[in-house]
Amino acid sequence: MKKALVSALAAALLLGQANAQEKVTLTVAAFPSLDSAIKAIIPAWTKLHPNVTIKLQAQEFADHHNAMTTALATGQGLPDVMALEIGYVGKFAEGQGLEDLNKAPYSAVASKKLFTPFTIAQATSADGRFIAMPTDIGPGTFFFRKDVLDKAGVNPVNMQRSWESYIASGKTIKAKTGAYLVNTAASVYNVIIRTNLKSGEGIYFDKNNNLLVGPDNARFVRAMTLSKQVRDAGLDAKIGEWSNEWYDAFKKGTVATQFSGAWLQGALQNWMAPDTKGLWRVQNLPERGFASWGGSFYAIPSKAKNKTWAWEFIKFMTLNQQSQITAFRDNGAFPALLAAQKDKAFSEPVDFLGGQKARVIWRDAAAKTQPIDVNKYDSVADQIMQTELTNVLEQGKDIKQALADARVQILRRAR
Amino acid sequence: MSYRAPLARPAESRRWSYTRFQQRLAPYVFTSPFFILFAIFGLFPLLFSLFLAFHLWNPLDGLGNWKFVGFENFQLALDARDQFWVALKHTVWIGLLAGVPQHLVALPLAFVIHQFLRRWQGAISTVLFLPYITSAVAITIVFGMLYSERLGLLNYVLGLVGLDPVRWLAQPELVPYSVATVVFWRYVGWNVILYLSGLQAISEDVYEAATVDGASAWQKFRFITLPLLRPMMFYAFTLTIVGNMQLFEEPFILTGQGGGSGGAALTSAMHIFNTGFRDLDMGYASAMSWLLFLAIFVLSMVNNYLFSRDGGRS
Repeated sequence: MKKALVSALAAALLLGQANAQEKVTLTVAAFPSLDSAIKAIIPAWTKLHPNVTIKLQAQEFADHHNAMTTALATGQGLPDVMALEIGYVGKFAEGQGLEDLNKAPYSAVASKKLFTPFTIAQATSADGRFIAMPTDIGPGTFFFRKDVLDKAGVNPVNMQRSWESYIASGKTIKAKTGAYLVNTAASVYNVIIRTNLKSGEGIYFDKNNNLLVGPDNARFVRAMTLSKQVRDAGLDAKIGEWSNEWYDAFKKGTVATQFSGAWLQGALQNWMAPDTKGLWRVQNLPERGFASWGGSFYAIPSKAKNKTWAWEFIKFMTLNQQSQITAFRDNGAFPALLAAQKDKAFSEPVDFLGGQKARVIWRDAAAKTQPIDVNKYDSVADQIMQTELTNVLEQGKDIKQALADARVQILRRAR
Repeated sequence: MSYRAPLARPAESRRWSYTRFQQRLAPYVFTSPFFILFAIFGLFPLLFSLFLAFHLWNPLDGLGNWKFVGFENFQLALDARDQFWVALKHTVWIGLLAGVPQHLVALPLAFVIHQFLRRWQGAISTVLFLPYITSAVAITIVFGMLYSERLGLLNYVLGLVGLDPVRWLAQPELVPYSVATVVFWRYVGWNVILYLSGLQAISEDVYEAATVDGASAWQKFRFITLPLLRPMMFYAFTLTIVGNMQLFEEPFILTGQGGGSGGAALTSAMHIFNTGFRDLDMGYASAMSWLLFLAIFVLSMVNNYLFSRDGGRS
């Protein structure tokens, strides 16, 4: 007891000294466009802590996560603060290389309730470790071209009611204007498998690691069936995301709707289709489905050199309301911090969306999104399911058969 | 005097001398960079991957946190239902689509250049060699634009003739052809250069003798060039087999990590990469690497056997 007290005192003393004078360089590894948000916040940080220099290491999205994987595997070249994207955070949570923020000296338990609830589950491992602090989220809605819908005489509210009415409206749009309903039929599948999950259910596995995919699972059967209906009715443009065709479709309005996170507005406005200002609107997904599209986190590697300052920096990025607003204004990174979502910026109209108060819709969607359990074999399951979906869409494979085959394949790999 | 020498020698050998260093040690010192680099970047990864092939390891757990599983990784991959076979099938199919035409075009082309266009051989070789030394990423991005369904040049030309646009990189049956075309385009010049250098090694006398005997160009090609080029053909075939079985960059950039629509261009190397770095299952990925090595080894041996059997006959 006495020994613990002495060492705690010594640590406090050392830290006090360190705070006072020592020059510190803190390495932060991130990916675009999170790096741009960090750059925007650094001036405020430097004003507060002039002795702590932030060294930002930004790499392309996949390169960053591969580099972090290698660094954790070997324990070499680790940054003090590691940014993680939603697609990786589940996997990284199951590994053993990151600090558990539940424990002292972080004791982040109290901070958890300050964030949009579903993000906490995303950063928590199956054995209850909390490995990363959420910074931004991607509340899911769908974007639609108001001009195209008006021309076709389609009421957007009808598209929201059910997936059947969504497809029916798509047929009207295609007939009246020639525009496609959606970029690819796979988008419809991908939304349906991610929305309206029951508590304790992940996309592919439940919280007890049981595989949910199979011919008897209504969610997957429906997702594939509706996706196939879209394809058979010729309503999808058969173009993938992040392709030249995709950007072209946004510019020309050849595709009427797009499911996405809130961040798409920033991308459309800044570089994808700036000339379409005022033509877009957003609304909730069909059948009041709520899903999250993207999100970023900050973690501390267990072997980081400067954990104390790393934690200070992470708190500054995630718990500081002003930082969150700066990131939001800089590149549309939607704050994970609930307090920041109450900022007056959220009730401002969005010019690009024809003055629609879209941020309120996104905030509401974020609040209603349920936590989804992640599993370390999600990426294995995802690859196998995407292949089977193509078999259904392109080769007319029977849906129940495709799901049965996928189940066998995933079970073999999930060991 | 001579009886003294054995006594003097041990004393001398203990003393460091520059001449002695030059003779005994210097060769090792000067060649050591290769061995050191090979040990670090060649031998160690090789042995480490063999070690991993028998373990279950998630790299995020860090070094040391692996679990011995014996042959489980190999059993998993060798199971008839496993994706390993699907990827291997794609690899062999794309390899054949790209590799066979490469040699069918390169060999006659090299012959024509050697026989009739010798004055421009240097210029032609340079042009043919360019794709080989250009970055695969740049080439693939350019081809990706050509293949683009709505904005690509290929479909634009088809449109001029009144044909419907083709989904080069989206229709599963077409994807292997689209990828193979890029690979073919990239390596055909390399093979021409190989064959040209082989042709130059054939003595002119043989051709002159054949001309005197009244042999036609085809006869010269069939009865002189082909047999005498066999060693070079063996070499070129082997390189193509090894290269195509390890195909990664072209399909990866053209179709993305998953191998495009239905995973039609998911090659073995891509599958191994995905398993290791996306699914974080390093043991299974390592086991598949060794199986791929085995497949390449067997194919090379078959190639070797075919050539040596042929050689025995002639």
